[in-house]
Amino acid sequence: MSKELQIVLAGFGGQGVLFAGKVIANAGLIEGRELSWLPSYGPEMRGGTANCSVTLSDDPIGSPLVTTPNALVAMNQPSYDKFAGQVAEGAVVVADSDLVSGIEDAPGVRVSAIPATKLSQEAGLDGLSNIVLLGKLWDMTRFCGRETLDAAIDKSVPPSKEWLKEKNKQALQIGIDA
Amino acid sequence: MMSEKVLMKGNEAMAEAAMRAGCRFFFGYPITPQTELAAYMSRQMPKRDGVYLQAESEVAAINMVYGAAAAGARAMTSSSSPGISLKTEGISYMAGADLPGVIINVQRGGPGLGSIQPSQSDYFQATRAMGHGDFYMPVYAPSTVQEMADLSYLAFDVADKYRTPVVVLADGMLGQMMEPVVLPEPVDPASLPAKPWATVGHEGKREHVVVNSLFLDSEDNERQNVARFERYEQIRRDEQRVECYRTEDADVVIVAFGACARIARSAVNAAREQGIRAGLIRPITLWPYPVSAIRECAAKVFLVVEMNMGQMIEDVRLAAEGSAPVEFYGRCGGVIPTPDEVLEQIRALDEGLGD
Repeated sequence: MSKELQIVLAGFGGQGVLFAGKVIANAGLIEGRELSWLPSYGPEMRGGTANCSVTLSDDPIGSPLVTTPNALVAMNQPSYDKFAGQVAEGAVVVADSDLVSGIEDAPGVRVSAIPATKLSQEAGLDGLSNIVLLGKLWDMTRFCGRETLDAAIDKSVPPSKEWLKEKNKQALQIGIDA
Repeated sequence: MMSEKVLMKGNEAMAEAAMRAGCRFFFGYPITPQTELAAYMSRQMPKRDGVYLQAESEVAAINMVYGAAAAGARAMTSSSSPGISLKTEGISYMAGADLPGVIINVQRGGPGLGSIQPSQSDYFQATRAMGHGDFYMPVYAPSTVQEMADLSYLAFDVADKYRTPVVVLADGMLGQMMEPVVLPEPVDPASLPAKPWATVGHEGKREHVVVNSLFLDSEDNERQNVARFERYEQIRRDEQRVECYRTEDADVVIVAFGACARIARSAVNAAREQGIRAGLIRPITLWPYPVSAIRECAAKVFLVVEMNMGQMIEDVRLAAEGSAPVEFYGRCGGVIPTPDEVLEQIRALDEGLGD
């Protein structure tokens, strides 16, 4: 189980947490790993917060529902408040410091708070703070090869939104460098 | 040629596999957490010369499946728990008329409108009482997105072979999740075996055929039932499917299906790491129930884990015939048990076994 990366990505509906999770899942697919992706689909989505569980593993995956994440991406306050206390020892926590306050260092947890909203806006990449945070998550966990990450963007962006591929890749790099 | 692995939601994989099995008629009505299946069909069927029809109700949808099946087509419907209840009258009519068809249930919490979260509380309905009258249906319980595709595909062959409706019993977790899947090879509907009983017009060249579930002569009705039960015997004999995982030397054997079996497998692995001899029997067919797998298992105790208040446990007890105690752990209403909870149950049972 220790080889498994169990990720929760959480935020407001529309911030792109499901998409960011899909990029991770596609990275796992490209590298031929075991993976699962499970979205929240309940009333919480209608009420503003959405989340998804993504697991990458070398063994068949049991429950796709991540209850003790060893990686958390929090894009808003309610998500951080809900999930920060659930992370496993040694977990990585990535949060958008423009939208989350009170981010605390916890023993045995690696926390990275970056102003993802501001960074994306400054680069003319409005709405891609999800991918900026994903870049930071990759930087801290290296859950796949660097080229795989770009290829996963190519696979995740639908053909009708071809022009978004480059912007997503820029956002990734901003997160990695942040 | 091997198809490549693609990333799909369980709901979409079932839809794609059904079309690849030659299904060109989908009749449905929207309901969470099954909606992606119908949505996928609505996009794809027109491109494959198929029919996607959102009916005015679930009752209408299942009767459209009856109609298409009577004309010899591979047809299906899908819904989630409350919607399936509405279809049960039509499913009984299909069974009574010996019509093949596939019904997919992406279960949610019940009874009533319940919740929209995953559940397995329609086990009794699927395996025992999917409508009035003496009848059974093959029921497949996938536990991965790959199996959702494979079993939905297989369901059409089994339905045609035995002239019976077939159920694929999934749940909201499986329907909503994405996993890599290799899709089965597409079948051309025109290449499927002929159905001489189908009501497609006789053009004066043969006797006319009748598809009907009404037999006013009781003796005639009894004959229909008896003949159908002979087919059920054949299904019981030939169609049982089960996976046994680490059961060879196991003392504590979990019996779980579908999404719960994934959770149970994690718990079994964790128990093994602690030196507990745990295993898992995973029924893939819920009817016919894989009786021999249970009967031949040398478990000291069975633990049935379900997302309901205890339904399949009755089949495990029937199959075990008192050879070992059968215990139960379940969460219901849309709550998903965790591997840790199941592990706790395994540990307690293992301690109870003593030396």
